[in-house]
Amino acid sequence: MNRTLYGNLIFELSKKGRRGYSLPQDYDRTHSTAELPEALRRSEAARLPECDELTVVRHYTNLSHNNFGVNDGFYPLGSCTMKYNPIINEEIAAMKAFAGLHPLQPAETCQGALEVYYNLQQSLAELAGLSEFTLNPCAGAHGELTGLMVIRAYHEAMGNKKIRNEEMKKDEAPASSNSLNSTFSNSQRTKVLIPDSAHGTNPASAAVCGLEVVEVKSLQDGTVDVDHLRQLLDEMGDQVAAMMMTNPNTLGIFEPRVLEITDMVHKAGGLMYYDGANLNALLGECRPGDMGFDVMHINLHKTFSTPHGGGGPGSGPVGVRKGLEQFLPTPRVVMENEKIGNEENKKDAASASSNSLIFTISHSQSAPLSVGSFFGNFGVMLKAYAYILSLGHENVKHVGPLATLNANYIKERLRDDYLLPIEGLCKHEVVFDGLVDKSTGVTTMDVAKRLLDYGYHAPTIYFPLLFHESLMIEPTENESKETIDAFIDVMHTIAAEAKSDPELVKTAPHNTPIGRVDDVLAAKHPITTYWKSLEA
Amino acid sequence: MQFKYFPHTEEDLQEMLRVCGVSSVHDLFADVPEAARFRRDYELPQALSETDLRLFFEQLTHPLNAQQLICFAGAGCYDHYAPSVVQNLIQRSEFLTSYTPYQAEISQGTLHYIFEYQSMIAELTGMEISNASLYDGATATAEAAMMAWSNAKKATRVLVSETVDPKVRRVVDTYAHFHGIPLQLIPAENGVTSRAALDKELSEGGVAGVILQQPNYFGIVEDFTGIADAVHGQKGILVINANPSDLAILKTPGEWGADVAVGEGQSLGIPMTFGGPGVGFMACSEKLIRKMPGRIVGQTLDSRGQRCFVLTLQAREQHIRRQKATSNICSNQSLMALYVTIYLAVMGKEGLREAAEMSYAGAHSLCDKLLATGKFRLTYPDQPFFNEFCVDYDGDLDALMAEATECGYLAGVKVGEKTLMLAVTEQRTPEEIEELVEILKEHKEARA
Amino acid sequence: MATFESGLYYSESHEYIRVEGEFGFIGISDYAQHALGNVVYVDMPEVDDEVTAGEEFGAVESVKAASDLISPVSGTVVEVNEALEDEPELLNKDAFANWIIKVQLSDPTELDNLMDVEAYKAHCEA
Repeated sequence: MNRTLYGNLIFELSKKGRRGYSLPQDYDRTHSTAELPEALRRSEAARLPECDELTVVRHYTNLSHNNFGVNDGFYPLGSCTMKYNPIINEEIAAMKAFAGLHPLQPAETCQGALEVYYNLQQSLAELAGLSEFTLNPCAGAHGELTGLMVIRAYHEAMGNKKIRNEEMKKDEAPASSNSLNSTFSNSQRTKVLIPDSAHGTNPASAAVCGLEVVEVKSLQDGTVDVDHLRQLLDEMGDQVAAMMMTNPNTLGIFEPRVLEITDMVHKAGGLMYYDGANLNALLGECRPGDMGFDVMHINLHKTFSTPHGGGGPGSGPVGVRKGLEQFLPTPRVVMENEKIGNEENKKDAASASSNSLIFTISHSQSAPLSVGSFFGNFGVMLKAYAYILSLGHENVKHVGPLATLNANYIKERLRDDYLLPIEGLCKHEVVFDGLVDKSTGVTTMDVAKRLLDYGYHAPTIYFPLLFHESLMIEPTENESKETIDAFIDVMHTIAAEAKSDPELVKTAPHNTPIGRVDDVLAAKHPITTYWKSLEA
Repeated sequence: MQFKYFPHTEEDLQEMLRVCGVSSVHDLFADVPEAARFRRDYELPQALSETDLRLFFEQLTHPLNAQQLICFAGAGCYDHYAPSVVQNLIQRSEFLTSYTPYQAEISQGTLHYIFEYQSMIAELTGMEISNASLYDGATATAEAAMMAWSNAKKATRVLVSETVDPKVRRVVDTYAHFHGIPLQLIPAENGVTSRAALDKELSEGGVAGVILQQPNYFGIVEDFTGIADAVHGQKGILVINANPSDLAILKTPGEWGADVAVGEGQSLGIPMTFGGPGVGFMACSEKLIRKMPGRIVGQTLDSRGQRCFVLTLQAREQHIRRQKATSNICSNQSLMALYVTIYLAVMGKEGLREAAEMSYAGAHSLCDKLLATGKFRLTYPDQPFFNEFCVDYDGDLDALMAEATECGYLAGVKVGEKTLMLAVTEQRTPEEIEELVEILKEHKEARA
Repeated sequence: MATFESGLYYSESHEYIRVEGEFGFIGISDYAQHALGNVVYVDMPEVDDEVTAGEEFGAVESVKAASDLISPVSGTVVEVNEALEDEPELLNKDAFANWIIKVQLSDPTELDNLMDVEAYKAHCEA
């Protein structure tokens, strides 16, 4: 690739007078923005590029060549569930009839969209073993925050009453006022318990939600130290709003005492939050609701195959167990006649005559939370629902077992060269603690960079924090044995290189469009726009 | 379990199970307590073939189920023109199927376009710095409120104008409530932020930040002269939520003296898609860079001395700072940021201006014609507006809008008992404007 | 290898304080800067801010880590080391020569709770 030509910024390809667009010229020109007072207009035109269409097309096509996606090769990025993003889902999400819908158009004119929305809510509830879902959150972290808000709203409404989940009935919750400003100020439940092995997003979400983070220690195998949890609950149980957990945890290990944990927290009056980051492992084998979790989020961009898009858009639906539905954020898509919790009507509605309005948009909730302007990332939901329909009940159940088989297979075949810190079964991902033989000083970072040379994306590195040289591999259910075997061979080759030619590994990558980047330079004197780079 | 997304043959499975030392995939879940095992089938539909899947969605998009209305609605989501190259380029799988660009050496495509995106947003908003994007305009505004709060040492509240979109205010309210930020609403007066009320609040001190919107919810272009100085006078920060497509023409948040500019980027040609995905943008002054949430891409050099790009200032972020991070956000709407970048590259300096000019002209043309029917009057007379405006109607507004819908028009958004808000973009032809006016004019009130 | 300087007081969170009369110069130890790696930013308080023993007064960032600065003593900030704004890497070059803030001590007896160099060395090796 000719980098001097294609390494340009779009601004550097701009030339005054070029055009890349065409707009109709016949419109009523009676009015123009020159009518606006000068004080309301910008003084100079924005310095946007001026390029012809082909220049733009070539520029971004060439940029894409410097990227690596799931369609390019194996992407074993732990904790990110880089599964295949089916092409048919893209076709469906791009259908003009969906793309052209305005979110505020009357419900009777967009029943098709509302049906997808409603059915996806219901499907997720069945897969999670929970009662209701909102699809409004735009990402996993957004879902986490929303879920914690739901939990806080619940505690405020319950007036900090100690209850156990089986006693949780909707009529116990007092209707709260319609305004957020003055309500919800009386709960003492302001602490959230988070295992020290958790991803950083958990405590960050808790802090944004105004909760105080209390860390629960992990045992040597990375699972929750139940004795420490008990001690914390004894000390501060009446102040605990919730405990957040990922299961399988961030080491890919199933928490063996999960039932005991959820029970203990419920007895103390707290709710259990399930971080759905690792849900893929469990599809077909267990459901968060059945383990005692009350609130959770799902990453549609992980478990339900929607593309990561270089960082987004994702979607982070939040589900709750029965009795918490009224705390979900608005707007909600509901079936006509189904007021929340009104069971009899729910069944009738399914058989409503086809020419009457079935799905409506509800803004009425007891706690008027809102986490976005409209309904969330509808385009992403279309892809997730298409995925669920493609798999159907007969295939969804194989996802967890197959992903888990692939991870365990990699674990068994790489443990001779890579240090396996925790014996036993893993779930959908496996964590190694660097090379077994560290004598030549080759680090996890070096192994990761060398993998790029061989045409693989690197695994997740230096996470979880429990080990110094974490290397976390998540193969997903979509990868063939041949792909996985080839990857294993390369990992063995790199381990051999680390002994025979450590410099080669330490200076990798060699075959990528750029070499290792100077991130100290970037952080010390940040240049974050083209304009700033011109000053430098 | 033969299925198109599961590659293992029976032989593969047996070999892999053997290596794992188990006889069935279910044995890999032996560590799960029995009471937590799921032992039935999911109650989900049967698998659909690709043909059936397509048919299913075609049914749902039948005109009866997804009516394509000629759109005069706005209120935060606009039907702008999108050059066809944009949709085509963002579908490239190297962009679509990649993850967050952690491995800079094989992610220069993503990092490069985010750097361009940040440059374009900074330029449009007149600010120094932009992040790599946030979820949407509403959450970006809520993040700005938290930023103001964390920046202030002895503040007692954040002020929000009543002319900010109520949907955005609801989100700001929600975040502020849980985060513990007291909010105070500054009332509207004749459709704009009451200066008297704002000045009074500011004179009392303790203001961490002020949140305004431009053009405001009612489409009015407000005059913010002097506000920035007053806010800065007490070390507060000024946040302006702006509509980026209008910034081709309108005075920028930077020129108004804002410290943070936020907003929804959907108006930069992103399809409406029932409200999402769009993209939230956030730009700020350089001194706030370490308080800004979200990812930021910076320029640097690689080991071979080449210019390249990398995620930077990550020590602000949740994966390092945990509960002390500036925000819990750990991604961006990257693909939508790419959408905006390519849109702005194709439209360019002139195209964005021309589209804004056409939208303005169309809205004012529609307004003239509606007023000429004698059935409508401007809700906020004498206020300058851009491409969206409110009119009052004395009859049954619901019936009027329903009739327009029957005729294939989304006449606008009802924002008050008598008030209809209409938006016009460059997509609306003179004929469509004419026909909508005709429908609204000819509508006969049902007799009681 | 990390160096240790005698004559200073050290805290468990790796800050040091050099006392001169009623004033103290607070910085991070050489051991701490080694652990952090290349420092890219130092978040400092403002002059006249109050600091409290055991509470954070700022943070030091490297590319991949951030560490809160915990004040070893209570007092008032009388000066901040402005050179660190442009050249945070000075902490890597010489952590002991480049203090971060200068405070007027409000309670010198708090120094008794800190470690001397030998105790600190043992703390780092533990």
